[in-house]
Amino acid sequence: MLSEGGSFMKGMVMGGLFCLVLSLLSSFSPGTESRTEEHHHHHVKAPSKEDLTSLSESQVQELNNQVQVYCVIMVQPKNLIYWATTADTWSKHCDKPVFYTSEASKALEAVDLNEKDDWARLRKALKHAYENAGDLQWFFVAQPTTFAIIENLKYLVLTKNPSEPFYLGNAMKSGELEYVAYDSGIVLSYEALKRLVEVFKDEDKCPERGRALWKLSEDKQLAVCLKYTGVFAENGEDAHGKGLFNSKTVDTLIKDSMGDNPADVLDGCCSDMAVTFSGMSPNQMQVMMFGVYRLRPYGHDFHDSLAFYPPEGSDND
Amino acid sequence: MRVRETKSNLIFATGLMVGFLSIRFMLDAKAFTAQVTYLMRAVKNEERKDSGESNSSLVAHRSRILCWIMTGPKNLESRARHIRNTWAKRCDKMLYMSSEKTGFPTVGLNVSEGRDNLYWKTIRAFQYIYQNYLDEAEWFLKADDDTFMVVENLRYTLSRYDPEEPVYMGRRFTPFISQGYMSGGAGYVLSKEALRRFIKGFDTGECTHISSIEDMAMGKCMETMKVEPADSRDMKGRQTFHPYSPDYYLVRQPPGPLPWYMLYEYYTPFLGPNCCSDFSVSFHYIYGDQLYVLEYLTYHLRAYGYKYRFSPHKSIELNTTSVRAARGDAKLPRT
Repeated sequence: MLSEGGSFMKGMVMGGLFCLVLSLLSSFSPGTESRTEEHHHHHVKAPSKEDLTSLSESQVQELNNQVQVYCVIMVQPKNLIYWATTADTWSKHCDKPVFYTSEASKALEAVDLNEKDDWARLRKALKHAYENAGDLQWFFVAQPTTFAIIENLKYLVLTKNPSEPFYLGNAMKSGELEYVAYDSGIVLSYEALKRLVEVFKDEDKCPERGRALWKLSEDKQLAVCLKYTGVFAENGEDAHGKGLFNSKTVDTLIKDSMGDNPADVLDGCCSDMAVTFSGMSPNQMQVMMFGVYRLRPYGHDFHDSLAFYPPEGSDND
Repeated sequence: MRVRETKSNLIFATGLMVGFLSIRFMLDAKAFTAQVTYLMRAVKNEERKDSGESNSSLVAHRSRILCWIMTGPKNLESRARHIRNTWAKRCDKMLYMSSEKTGFPTVGLNVSEGRDNLYWKTIRAFQYIYQNYLDEAEWFLKADDDTFMVVENLRYTLSRYDPEEPVYMGRRFTPFISQGYMSGGAGYVLSKEALRRFIKGFDTGECTHISSIEDMAMGKCMETMKVEPADSRDMKGRQTFHPYSPDYYLVRQPPGPLPWYMLYEYYTPFLGPNCCSDFSVSFHYIYGDQLYVLEYLTYHLRAYGYKYRFSPHKSIELNTTSVRAARGDAKLPRT
């Protein structure tokens, strides 16, 4: 009896040791994911279904409530129709939509920055947003010619820590400089904006009016300033690697796909969780509200892990 | 001696497994609880599914829909092909009606192409369907090769009607026919009984080729054969079948006279967000890339986690009387 017991104990100890050795070995392999995300990747992926189901329901609930977006919308009176359309459509889904204008308009309300220079104006707007952020930890910078789906933006950054610097969107390259395209929207975490506002004080690294010789567009200028603070542009993608920030319209993307993938137009096109499109007409933006927030086939249920509610006092979503 | 050894080895092996598995469990405690949480959530979701927009209990016996589109040799590659790639597969049976039989596949109707022959094509198409496919469906949809259909929403809209009753449904227009007629471009549906009466009408001569304006002529035959037009609007009085593209209706308009394309409306017309049901059934003048755009917007692009503003509660039975009152019909029907 004793010898049998002893045999069993020996077996157990051997089995346990074997398992420990195996798991130690596997944690050394390069394929394992580490808990602390290495932050110099060039893309940021939306969470997959598995990522969310591995969290507890209360954790998901907390993330759902915490992820709040301050929208910095850069308008001008010459673009009044787009300004009005944005105010009537997607901006209603921002937790705090704030319009920043180059000069006041009698028709619509905005923070009047009284500034004609595009880069100087963007700086002022970002500084104002930082100072008025309150509890909001994510910032979305857009023009009224962009159409955005804020819920999908929230989904993208859901598990990201805003105390880490994030600068996301449609990442492009100009020579050595990687930057996020302006027209498809720019996402900044609280930490990224904090560092940016700090480097604004440095006239050498981040001049307010740009050098006289040539002028960089505001989005490239932004990338240069952020780079000095150690913040780099990253491409926002869904769990399958499809870009979420589009500098084109839905129509153009579909037409491109019809040419490239005639057998599978939709699979080869845009993400189901797309965050932005750019260049759509005001009428198309009104149709998008219907297409995104209302039109659907009866009987398809999604059982999403998050819940976002329709904004008060709105009738087109 | 040997038996004892084997027994001892067996016990050793068992010990090995137990040791291995218990360490494994301890290391994977997190994954283990995640699995449990996932399973529990899956169970909860299964229970919640019944309170969602599942259509299984709304339609006791699933009605089959046969769809046919009016097309022609010139439009197979440019139009019919994209319909085949998008909504065609959601019909229980799909037929492409043309003047010629081809391997697309199209049905050859022995009617020449051209605007003047549209009603002849419709008559021959329905006769062909009656002869060959009557038993394969309960509902018969006619659409154009530039119509986008959301078949699930068609099913939902039809679910409150009985296909053995004479039902004729679509976007109701008002002039020329006193009980109104259904727009051809937006697509219209005949119940099995309505189809029987249409065929009978032509057999007996009660219905004839009165005009080449296909949708109006169909409306006349329906009126003659005592098939009543059905109301296709949703519970909030919003239209489901649309003879034009979404931008014609959804864009907010300043107060003023109605645009020309709204002058035929049988019911009170609305422009702006109230024009159109969340569960819209069709849009028309949708060519090529626009079919895929609508397919993308309907079936793919969405706002993650969004709780829809309008969600028909399953437990509310579609009481036709209260529905009509909500839609502001002048008279309540005699039940």
